[in-house]
Amino acid sequence: MLVEIKYFGMLAEITGCSSEQLNVSIKKIGEIKELVLDKYPDLRNKDFRMAQNHELVSDATMITGQEIAILPPFAGG
Amino acid sequence: MKTTYKNVFRDGPISSSFIAQSIAKHQSKTRIGAHNIFLGQVRADMIDGNEVVAIDYSAYEEMANKKFHEIRETTFKKFNLTCMHIYHSLGMVKSGEICLFVFVSSPRRKEVFKALEYVVETMKAEAPVFGKEIFEDQSHQWKINS
Repeated sequence: MLVEIKYFGMLAEITGCSSEQLNVSIKKIGEIKELVLDKYPDLRNKDFRMAQNHELVSDATMITGQEIAILPPFAGG
Repeated sequence: MKTTYKNVFRDGPISSSFIAQSIAKHQSKTRIGAHNIFLGQVRADMIDGNEVVAIDYSAYEEMANKKFHEIRETTFKKFNLTCMHIYHSLGMVKSGEICLFVFVSSPRRKEVFKALEYVVETMKAEAPVFGKEIFEDQSHQWKINS
């Protein structure tokens, strides 16, 4: 399954890209997180949350094959 | 089908003339008896002797616009409001300039005090907006809402 991963703010500085497509055979958001952390070990000591299709999700959420975003702490206003 | 939400984002700072025009547009809405306005201003924080001169805002725009839409819906359900407007800057906003403009209106004053606080606090907690604090020596750090 092809999923698009988006990175924002300080996390995009670490990954060096704002989005990438990953071909995965996994089922849960937590597994995407592990895959991304293996690819970018510097993310391990960063605080972030994950969203799928524009909603925050937990590690146990099933991947639906669309857009997944990795979001640093919010700083609006 | 992809739903598109109202875009709250504006490039650069929110000008005082934009705010003034927004107020003037409400003169025809004569059921309104009270407005309340929140303006977020970029603060020149001093961190380790280095002063913040600007914040470079970015956002996960699709998700943020969806969140702002949901906040609007919830706010209209919770409070007796006539109308509500939210604008947030993207890109560079210098210290002293306005980066957030929230404007709520109601027939009565008590509603607008409660509603405005609710909108601003919820937005800060839930909208995926990110701020890069730029220092005078051009170094930067990422802002985190407290």
